[in-house]
Amino acid sequence: MGKIIKGMGKYGWLYALSVIFVGIQSVCELILPGKMQVIIDEGITKGDNRVILKSGMEMLLFSAVIAFSAVAASLFMSISGSGFAKRMRRMVFVKVINASNNQINQFGTSSLITRTTNDITQLQQFIVMSRLAIFAPFMGLGSVIFAISEARPLYWIILLAIILLLIAVIIFFRLVSPLFLSLQKKLDRINLVLRESLTGVRVVRAFNRIDRDKLIFNNANADLTKTSLKIARIMAVMMPLAMLTMNGITVLVMWVSAGYIDTGTLNIGQMSAFIQYIMHIMFSLMAIINIFVFLPRAYVSIERIDEVLSSENEMKQTSALQKEKAKTGLEFKNVTFSFKGAEKPVLKNISFTAKPGTITAILGSTGSGKSTLIDLIPRFYDVDSGHILLNGVDISQMDISTLRRRIGLVPQQALLFTGTIAENIRYGKPDATDEEVREAARIAMALDFIESKPLKFDEPVSQGGTNLSGGQKQRISIARAIVRRPDIYIFDDSFSALDYKTDAALRKNLVKEIKDAIVLIIAQRVSTVLNADQIIVLSEGEIAGIGTHSELYSSCEVYREIVLSQLSEEEIA
Amino acid sequence: MSEKNRPRTLMPPKGPGPGPGGPGGRFMHPGAKAKNFTGTIKRLLGYLKTVRVAILIVLIFTILSTLFNTISPKLLGGFATSIQSTVIRRSLYNSVTGILGKIPEGLTGQEAINLLPESVTQNMTENIKNELLSMDFSAYPEIEYPYIGRIILTCLGLYALSAIFNFVQSFVLASITQKTVYRMRNEVKDKLNRLPISFYDKYTHGEILSRVTNDIDTISNTLQQSLAQILSSLVQVVAVLIMMLSISPILTLVTIFTLPVIILITTIVAKHSQKHFARNQAELGNINGHIEEMYTGHKIIAAYGREEAAIEKFDQINQRLYTAGWKSQFVSSLIMPLTHLVNNIGYLLICVLGGLLSTRGIIDLGGIVAFTQYSRQFTYPIVQVTNIFNILQATAAAAERVFEILDEPEERPDDEGAAEIADPKGYVEFKNVKFGYSPDKILINNMNIKVEPGQTIAIVGPTGAGKTTLVNLLMRFYEINGGQILIDGTDITKLKRSNLRGMFGMVLQDSWLFNGTIRDNIAYGREDATEEEIIQAAKIAYVDHFVRTLPKGYNTVINEEASNISHGQKQLITIARAVLSDPAILILDEATSNVDTRTELLIQKAMNKLMKGRTSFVIAHRLSTIKNADLILVMKQGDIIEQGTHSDLMKQNGFYAELYNSQFMGANNSQTA
Repeated sequence: MGKIIKGMGKYGWLYALSVIFVGIQSVCELILPGKMQVIIDEGITKGDNRVILKSGMEMLLFSAVIAFSAVAASLFMSISGSGFAKRMRRMVFVKVINASNNQINQFGTSSLITRTTNDITQLQQFIVMSRLAIFAPFMGLGSVIFAISEARPLYWIILLAIILLLIAVIIFFRLVSPLFLSLQKKLDRINLVLRESLTGVRVVRAFNRIDRDKLIFNNANADLTKTSLKIARIMAVMMPLAMLTMNGITVLVMWVSAGYIDTGTLNIGQMSAFIQYIMHIMFSLMAIINIFVFLPRAYVSIERIDEVLSSENEMKQTSALQKEKAKTGLEFKNVTFSFKGAEKPVLKNISFTAKPGTITAILGSTGSGKSTLIDLIPRFYDVDSGHILLNGVDISQMDISTLRRRIGLVPQQALLFTGTIAENIRYGKPDATDEEVREAARIAMALDFIESKPLKFDEPVSQGGTNLSGGQKQRISIARAIVRRPDIYIFDDSFSALDYKTDAALRKNLVKEIKDAIVLIIAQRVSTVLNADQIIVLSEGEIAGIGTHSELYSSCEVYREIVLSQLSEEEIA
Repeated sequence: MSEKNRPRTLMPPKGPGPGPGGPGGRFMHPGAKAKNFTGTIKRLLGYLKTVRVAILIVLIFTILSTLFNTISPKLLGGFATSIQSTVIRRSLYNSVTGILGKIPEGLTGQEAINLLPESVTQNMTENIKNELLSMDFSAYPEIEYPYIGRIILTCLGLYALSAIFNFVQSFVLASITQKTVYRMRNEVKDKLNRLPISFYDKYTHGEILSRVTNDIDTISNTLQQSLAQILSSLVQVVAVLIMMLSISPILTLVTIFTLPVIILITTIVAKHSQKHFARNQAELGNINGHIEEMYTGHKIIAAYGREEAAIEKFDQINQRLYTAGWKSQFVSSLIMPLTHLVNNIGYLLICVLGGLLSTRGIIDLGGIVAFTQYSRQFTYPIVQVTNIFNILQATAAAAERVFEILDEPEERPDDEGAAEIADPKGYVEFKNVKFGYSPDKILINNMNIKVEPGQTIAIVGPTGAGKTTLVNLLMRFYEINGGQILIDGTDITKLKRSNLRGMFGMVLQDSWLFNGTIRDNIAYGREDATEEEIIQAAKIAYVDHFVRTLPKGYNTVINEEASNISHGQKQLITIARAVLSDPAILILDEATSNVDTRTELLIQKAMNKLMKGRTSFVIAHRLSTIKNADLILVMKQGDIIEQGTHSDLMKQNGFYAELYNSQFMGANNSQTA
């Protein structure tokens, strides 16, 4: 919460200014009925034209002040509301962009997106609304004071009005509030159901389950309709009832006033002013109730934003730089790692060395920890125990960004960004020349298809690269890594969408380009790893074998099983 | 999204008198325009045809409710006049008794004026003189309680009637609206089920979702709130105008003079605010897009150290959003204070002018009081009415998007008396099949294959060769442009779609699981599956083992994020589902590309069991599958360029041979190294 208030910065002052103008506006609005009373009691009743004109001019002045204040309040409110949202959005965005993988996993990407977009919008709406509510209690209290000073004997009517309103509030919170909550849930449900049948449209039809699909949607729809109808019906009762109450109270005031006017304790003008004040009191209370309707929702948003802002990046940032010795390569020394909150470690006692100029392949089944192992190298996570050394220096002692600058990572899912093909390749090295980009594309076997595009390297890539095939995306994402000319290449199952021919040609190109870089490849196909200098076979987080293809084939049972499932005897020979 | 989250407030409809809030909210509509406004609105109204009577009730009750509410101020004005007149008479009575001491029997008003000193009568205003003239001095003037009591009771009655009519109107309208919207949603959903798969390739999921939820929600809001509001506003304007004219034509003229000003303000502000609002929406879309993209690519950004670039671009969009945001908000919030000011000026003119007129006896106090109320009831509906067009435009645009889906051409319905194959054997034949996703771009020109039951057909080719096309044709997700596809000798277009698709079991590239338990997801394969059958299928697909390690076992709910289940495991569940459905023909669409080596090995065994005795189309990546296949279809750029067994194709020494040899390159290298 504190972070959020701090987040307002200079917009906090504009907000305060806006509230002040709302205050000025409210006070002036409280003065108007008094002036009207003067016109009626002193002017019309006594037939004094000068009083009418004088009070009229005063009212005009106050009206102008009201209009001016309202415009000023809107201006400051619009700027401060939008400005606040701008700053909050940036705070959350920067936090997420710089967050560790643990933090991202903790929230989930889709949840983080909602927190940065919807929750901020909710908060902004709440802030804009709150300006009215902040002043509503004062406005209400002011109205009560003005009303009683105008017509003291009628004070009990004010009490009655407040009691009636409170009853309405209680009914509302008992009846309607929970319904609104369940309405939101049912809206989410129908969205979910529909989204599912859209993504699964082929499966639904293949399994002939259209009837089931229809039934589920109909149920969700009926459920939603039932709740909406309930709310609409309650509202259909509440709204006319509220109007009737207000009108009833007005009429009551008039009837009771007649008696007091009879005894000379009240004037007609005072009565009419009193009615206006009662209306103000009612509207103020409504504004307060409104805020209470929104408060729980806004509070949920605030909490969700606050959770992101107060989450801590657990990665150690070190600036103490050690000198690297000779190029001894990448060494894992008894590395053990477990995910936050997990009972068992994902990786246990992993030790191996990947020497410069060699290819290390990693093989293993689902959940054997392959991807986790390579995630440790760019320090997406820090190890629990053991050490990862690069040229003799523990990477936990290195500056994270410096370390990452030396790594070319090609992830499992080729993720591209909006922009051109060239921009996507250049993502690996912002200052790469056109020649370098072209060369990287050639090595990644991407040149042919890029050249066949109408705009070649300037061909636009849409969000998520949906206008490219899986294989094309993968090759661009490989080119992106190559253009960096990194010390360490990491390919996380990066050839899966390529056909055998392209896969083989690409690997052939790579071997020529690697020179003294360290290469790690996670692969599914045995054929991809056959020519690796060493193959690491992972099984349930532990190393089941290290060696070349022929060594492992004769010594490692797990490896042999995998190979036999994919290749026939003659191919192995 | 914006419609869905629109705040629902507790504010009652605007009563008389100034208050916070106002009709400004409805100005926040984006400036979307319908292509065919009248046609769409007409068609939308068509939905209300079945509830014609109810609509008539709503209309009548809205009019009555508004009318009853409009009469009261004038009556209450009479109340004020009566009391004021008593007050004036009392003070006159007191001055007369003050001068005369005792009032003579049968004194008339005219006599009293003559008795009063010149100094008093000279300053007397017309209305007071009139009071004096009509006075009866036989008794001390009393408040006419029976008369004002009647007024109060009549008003209470009118208010109550108005409330009841209003209630009935809202209640009926709520039912109509919700039922109509319910029907519309179901209609769209049914339509979606009848649309060909090609439709889903044309629209994004987000677009379809937004039409079923947001757009229908907009329609619902217009029906529920705006329609009655529009009608009551119109009625109110006319009724109030009549009431005002009946009180004072001069003051009515003053009020009407403020009208053009208010309409001008409203239209100008609305025009500007729409412009800013559209920009705001566009920037909001941009920033949401950027956020989504950056968060999804978080790992890449971190790995490549491009955080600063991401933030820099974010800042640019964020700044633009901020500018567009505060401008659109500010401009649209101008309506209220400006009309309020004009309204207050009109109100003042009425008070001052009315006060001056009253001293001449042209209008009484009650008239002024009533008039001030009417002048307020006059302007706010005007603001509403000027906004009608915007609301209708937005609604028409939303309705048009919904109708667009409803008008999409449907999947060709099953032929009358379409055949059903009760016990499919699995003969598949393609006869001169011609196909293209669009008729002017034919991919497959003349495809002929014959598959015997139990055979395995491997489909190979480079990425993007259109291997899924065959699946689309077999399952009749797309219609072919020429030739025939026969199953057990029957043309598939002569078969019931449900029967045709029931013969197939498939495991697609994306493992689609729905929000539900693992048990339900497996049971999806067959409607009447027993618990034993489900577990049996799970065992065959090697799902059983890992499911039992989960705390809730088969009752584990797979949610959207499904963080408790890995990609490979999801894939296994879809395989279990296919096992359970026990199909005659199997389609494996790169089925194992997400399941890796050791798991894949287990699956391979299960697959082999499953494939036994079934015709299987395998989009293959594994060479052993390909080599053991009875028929290999080699695809390139959407067309089948070669077909035959492994040895046939090797002998041909064509594209397949090239593909196969390139696979060996890696193996050869390692041997020579």
